[in-house]
Amino acid sequence: MEKLTIDQLSFHGRGPYSFALTSGQILAISGASGAGKSLLLRAIADLEPHQGEMALEGEDYLNFSGPDWRCRVMYLPSEAQWWKETVREHLITEPENSELELFGFTAATLDWEISRLSSGEKQRLAILRLLQRRPRVLLLDEPTASLDQQNIARIEKMLQNYVWQEKAAAIWVSHDPLQIERIADRHYEILPGGELRTVR
Amino acid sequence: MTIIHLTPLHLGLASLLVFLLAFLSFRNRLQIEKPLLVAALRTVVQLSLIGLVLRAVFASTNPYLVMFIWMLMLAAAGREVMGRQKVQVQGSGRFFIGTSSMMVSSFSIMVLILALVIKVEPWYKPQYAIPILGMLLGNTMNGVALAMNTFSQQVWQRRAIVEQKLALGMSADEAAREIWQESCKTGMIPIINSMAAAGLVSLPGMMTGQILGGNDVADAVNYQILIMFMISSGTGFGVLLSLWLLRRRMFDERDRLVIKQNFSVK
Repeated sequence: MEKLTIDQLSFHGRGPYSFALTSGQILAISGASGAGKSLLLRAIADLEPHQGEMALEGEDYLNFSGPDWRCRVMYLPSEAQWWKETVREHLITEPENSELELFGFTAATLDWEISRLSSGEKQRLAILRLLQRRPRVLLLDEPTASLDQQNIARIEKMLQNYVWQEKAAAIWVSHDPLQIERIADRHYEILPGGELRTVR
Repeated sequence: MTIIHLTPLHLGLASLLVFLLAFLSFRNRLQIEKPLLVAALRTVVQLSLIGLVLRAVFASTNPYLVMFIWMLMLAAAGREVMGRQKVQVQGSGRFFIGTSSMMVSSFSIMVLILALVIKVEPWYKPQYAIPILGMLLGNTMNGVALAMNTFSQQVWQRRAIVEQKLALGMSADEAAREIWQESCKTGMIPIINSMAAAGLVSLPGMMTGQILGGNDVADAVNYQILIMFMISSGTGFGVLLSLWLLRRRMFDERDRLVIKQNFSVK
């Protein structure tokens, strides 16, 4: 069955967009900045007013409340926000040490102050925070943009494993053709006018 | 105890103090002499005019006239609240969110007190109804203006954080909760503080006026307690209601943040 179906989705004079993702699939989206990649992810997360239909595993998005939909179809902004003092306060449960190690952290990380994190650390913690909530569909806005080579490989592996193991799906915005080659099953490009072009 | 009537001579003597202050300001180039004198003159003119109006209204006990005055007072308070908002709702809500909140809280408390507690006959008797509403509105207005301004300004400034919380699956209530609590406190703290300090630091204005006017101290105390309860609950209900209405304009039915679409910065 289709994991996520987007049907005639339009917003702010863009679209309509129609496509579908199956379980375990990662769709890469590339395009010039300002072409509306983030806006598309925000509309799919129902953070942006829009027209058209969306469905998760065949169930219409209007059958979910806004927050219920966003719990399942979760958006990772390119610049994640933090509002409490320490890392721990942003997590719903205390992660296992093994889980922290996968992200390159230790148990001590939980007590780190947000204000002292580097942008790369924030990015990895934002992904940890997101995966903790077990979304069915991931909407990733340049998830590795501020990471070094070693961490890019680590995070790519982890996100791919999540999608496969959980039979989830992901839309992954990326500028890097090599990364798209590595992680994506399909690839769309958003042209400056907003149209979607299938690359593969 | 008899009331000592004040004559224009008394007031003239007191005004010398204001002139002295203006002179000092002029000598020291503080440049507040002009606003000071203008404000003092406004006090004289506005209070004298309102005195004439009240005398006429008190003489008549006409319910329509009383209602008309209430509406004027409410509109003035609503305009004041609107003027103090740095981030404003677009459209008629700019005026009506604050005004309707103050109306619901102030009017209902006024009617409750007049009809059930003081038991005035008729309940809209202007000698009671106008000053009591004035006192309620004056305090509610400050609380509502402060709370609304804090709420809309903070959500506007911290909208990236509010949206991040929404993206993680929180509801609009949860996403705005911290700012909501902060705003409620900001609106209510002044009146709570003045209740806590009443009688210790200063005698509240109404009580002072009553005592100076020659009333029994015990009566003045009882009335002041009543007034304190009224204005604190009136302020609190007004604040809660206005923030609730404001939040409904910030988020839509899908719990999306639409503050960019519905609000603008003044």
